Amino acid sequence: MRIRKASVIIPLLAAFSFRAAFGQENTSASKQKPQAASLYQEISKAPRKARSKRNPLEKDPDAVAAGRTLFAQRCAECHGDNAEGGKKGPSLRVSEIQDAEPGAIFWILTNGVVRKGMPVWSKLPEPQRWQLVSFIKSLGPAPAKTEAAAS
Amino acid sequence: MFIYRSLLLVSVLVLATVSLPDSLHAQENPYFVAYDHYLEEPGNLEIAYFSAFGTQRGGNDFQAHWMEFEYGATAWWTTEFYLDGQSTFGDSTIFTGIRWENRFRPLKREHLINPVLYVEYEHKNGADKILKEGEGHDVEADFLTPNSVARQEMINELEFKLILSSTFKGWNFTQNTLAAKNLGHEPWEFGYALGASRPLALKASAKRCTLCPQNFIAGVEMYGGLGDRYHFGLHDTSHYAAPVLGWNLPSGWTLRISPGFGLNDNSHQFLLRWGVSREISGFGSIVSRLLRSHP
Repeated sequence: MRIRKASVIIPLLAAFSFRAAFGQENTSASKQKPQAASLYQEISKAPRKARSKRNPLEKDPDAVAAGRTLFAQRCAECHGDNAEGGKKGPSLRVSEIQDAEPGAIFWILTNGVVRKGMPVWSKLPEPQRWQLVSFIKSLGPAPAKTEAAAS
Repeated sequence: MFIYRSLLLVSVLVLATVSLPDSLHAQENPYFVAYDHYLEEPGNLEIAYFSAFGTQRGGNDFQAHWMEFEYGATAWWTTEFYLDGQSTFGDSTIFTGIRWENRFRPLKREHLINPVLYVEYEHKNGADKILKEGEGHDVEADFLTPNSVARQEMINELEFKLILSSTFKGWNFTQNTLAAKNLGHEPWEFGYALGASRPLALKASAKRCTLCPQNFIAGVEMYGGLGDRYHFGLHDTSHYAAPVLGWNLPSGWTLRISPGFGLNDNSHQFLLRWGVSREISGFGSIVSRLLRSHP
């Protein structure tokens, strides 16, 4: 009897999960803007201790280049090749990110924003997360759209 | 024959994954049995083929194989579907069942110890030999039954795990506690898995490379049964220790290998596991687009 119940419940759960896993994605611009704002808000939640951390690879001449390689492998899929925003992740070339302390960016990489879709990246060893911070900070703000169009 | 079938399966997997779109450079842990607290990135699909060769005292050695389809549904939920089979030397090759596994991350942020909740449903037959976990009073002698007899037994099982994992200075330490319930009026059974691993280098190199030490993760895992509700403990249980090595290639492929050693007389003396996997990025977006209705 228990097995019979399971044979009904399990496929129902599977169908529900399939719908939940594939049916939620919405990449329309109107939905992305508020989501980006709330993601930027997360960085302001970094504790003071985390913000005050200095980037130990600040003076490492290879850190930016290594960070660029890591970014292409791990982050570009969501944040775009130039970090100007992509299918799922917001731009990292806005003042909220570029003006943030390196420690705050490191904190958000370590903790992710799990409920809003950004995974935890503590699986990358600390030095690699700092290399990513070095790269992100090296990007600077995105060029204005009018300038880009003119060029 | 079993080698031919294994090669055929791997070839199909290779062709299927090569023909799929973008891949990501994976940073997969090297474990075969233990789980850490890292879930699949949202929207990504990982397709994997694993194989486990085992020695058998008093009977024929075997080769178990399984395929995994792991999907990151959200940043806090990973769901995984398995197809299992095995080949016993001098006997036969059979399909042994399916499993559907879900892992949930209950906490929003990273902590010293990070819990993950694991729920799995297994629909398999008694000839299953993949040894993906140690539970209850599973012992080497259970595998002596010929496939034609063992496959008659149908098992519907729910399995729960509490995964407690921690990452410190590049090291990952994980501890999994398992409770499984065969829905056919069997008692609750228990088991454990422990793991520790670390990349060979913590800094990434500036250039994309295949053989850089940061692409290799080495470690060790240990797992076994803890008896059941009525006979909890180490009596009549099997236990294994296994060094593990994972190689994350920049092309998105991950290779894993692990020789395992039985730690008591109830355990298979030697197990050799290997696996190959590939992560496909943006799989969720493709499926969502296909499912979206067009007016």
